[in-house]
Amino acid sequence: MADPLLSPAARTSRSARPGAPRRDLTAYAFLAPFLVLFALFVLVPAVYGLVISLHRWNSLVPVHPFIGLQNYVDLVTPGSLTFSDFWSSMRATGIFTVFSVPLLIVVPLLAAVLLNQNLKGTTFFRGVFFAPYVLGVAVIGVIWKYLLDPQAGVVNHLLGLIGLPDQTPWTVDVPWAWVSLVGVTIWWTAGLNTVILLAGLKGINADLYEAAALDGAGTVRKFWSVTLPGLRPVMIFVTTTTILASANMFGQSFLLTQGGPGTETRSAIMYIADQGLAQGNMGAASAMSYLLFAVLAVISVVNFRIQREKA
Amino acid sequence: MTQLAPERLPAAAPQPPTPASTGGARRRPWHRRVPTVALYVALAVMTLAILLPLLWIVLTSFKTDFDAISRPASPIPDPFTVDAYRTLSSGQQPIFRWFLNSLAAGALQTAIILVTASLGAYALARLEFRGKKIVFGMIVSTLLVPPVIFLIPNYLIVESLGWLDTIWAITVPGAAGAFGIFFLRQFFVGLPVEIEEAARLDGASDLRIFLQVVIPLSRPALATLAVLSFLSNWNDFLWPVYVLLSPENLTLQPGLSVLSGAYSTHFGIVMAGAVIASVPVLVLFTLAQRQIVDSVAASGVKG
Repeated sequence: MADPLLSPAARTSRSARPGAPRRDLTAYAFLAPFLVLFALFVLVPAVYGLVISLHRWNSLVPVHPFIGLQNYVDLVTPGSLTFSDFWSSMRATGIFTVFSVPLLIVVPLLAAVLLNQNLKGTTFFRGVFFAPYVLGVAVIGVIWKYLLDPQAGVVNHLLGLIGLPDQTPWTVDVPWAWVSLVGVTIWWTAGLNTVILLAGLKGINADLYEAAALDGAGTVRKFWSVTLPGLRPVMIFVTTTTILASANMFGQSFLLTQGGPGTETRSAIMYIADQGLAQGNMGAASAMSYLLFAVLAVISVVNFRIQREKA
Repeated sequence: MTQLAPERLPAAAPQPPTPASTGGARRRPWHRRVPTVALYVALAVMTLAILLPLLWIVLTSFKTDFDAISRPASPIPDPFTVDAYRTLSSGQQPIFRWFLNSLAAGALQTAIILVTASLGAYALARLEFRGKKIVFGMIVSTLLVPPVIFLIPNYLIVESLGWLDTIWAITVPGAAGAFGIFFLRQFFVGLPVEIEEAARLDGASDLRIFLQVVIPLSRPALATLAVLSFLSNWNDFLWPVYVLLSPENLTLQPGLSVLSGAYSTHFGIVMAGAVIASVPVLVLFTLAQRQIVDSVAASGVKG
């Protein structure tokens, strides 16, 4: 009992550090404005969403009977109302994630290594690479919808000029729609990962490279033995956030392909938002969002473990 | 620094041979210059891949509808026209209203974030209080929760507050995110405590220390957070698509999507809309480029 009381007092007398004595009231007064918002729009909805998912909750019907886990059971029961649409949207999100994440790691890694060569103008190039990211997804969507338009678009026109097929249905047929969605996403967000990885590269101790050089390591060897291990913490952050971002894909297919052809490129978020907010099918949509959250949590943990254990 | 200097000299030792490089210029730089040129070529290719599409869009916004889809395609508008911008300013799609809505929403959300996050971050960084670990843990643990789980419950909460189709819907819930308070807390923790201690010995209250010591010292971090908050609000898409209903209340991003549907064959007009939606953020980005990129980069290295 005496110890915990003594130690803060001892600290206070030594340095009078601000914050050493407890001031619960002051602290919560400072935190109050944020905590009110945080509680109302983060904590409450996190629980409220679970509650909604346990009810047959249609916004067009005033009564929302409690149905336990039925919404979740429906999602894993073939032949239910939502089963095939939901899983086809999960498949779309899966396809997009599987193809976009590796490219969103490799391309930025190459760009970051390139920017880390002490060349002149690095700050300028870094700024240019990052610039598309500050344009919102709606801007990206409408400009690439025009550039990739199968008839009017300049992409097909330029391909034709150099003798390649000029009728590619970039936005209206698969697999081209996937190529477009992934490509446009890389064009849009590769700069974000590039600047984060570049900062990671700058943080690697230069002595390690010298030591490797003394051991006779060449450029490639240094990349595998010094650069990649040195980047690991940053890499864990980048892969985690990139997986989350890709799994949350919405705007690109909403604007570029409208989820088509058919519902082929309709992402999980697009389907959940449509079911929950446009169709009013809120119970099922909430269950879907929690299922998606659970899948993502598992993937994040696995990804974290794999990358950690490599160390 | 003084200790490092002598160590740096040997590292710079390869420099002295450079006088010889005038003679050996052809051999040594030949070895080094080819890769350097290749690196610049690679950088140039990537730069063009980003800038050319943007340039094409800007030029298209000055084309007629016919010119925008004519073949062979030429980058130069022929004739050069501002018709697209004129149509937008007089048309049924109130794009300049959307522009002002976006500006107002971005400014309001940024203000809410700066005030609430800085106050809260001060408590987390500098005050000892019961439940601190729990509060901080809760905030951090929501950093990586996918926003989709808040979509439907927050829609219902916003609806019951009577905020649907108002600026509150697109500013207040978004200000509750954990990023701002986490970001500022990390910054405050790194500030030297000596000045605060001196102020405290002079009898200054916490609020005074916060307002007159911590805030002035934190201007760069606050500016960075302001820019990042504004950008994320300006670019928000999914949420405003569903919570804004009347055409005159839209922001630019959902507005652009409406515009692209309304003028699906008038590419010049849609591209003019994209240009209008992009210019403010590109100007902001150009002015604060180094700071924005540095802070985004640091968020990953620390996180």
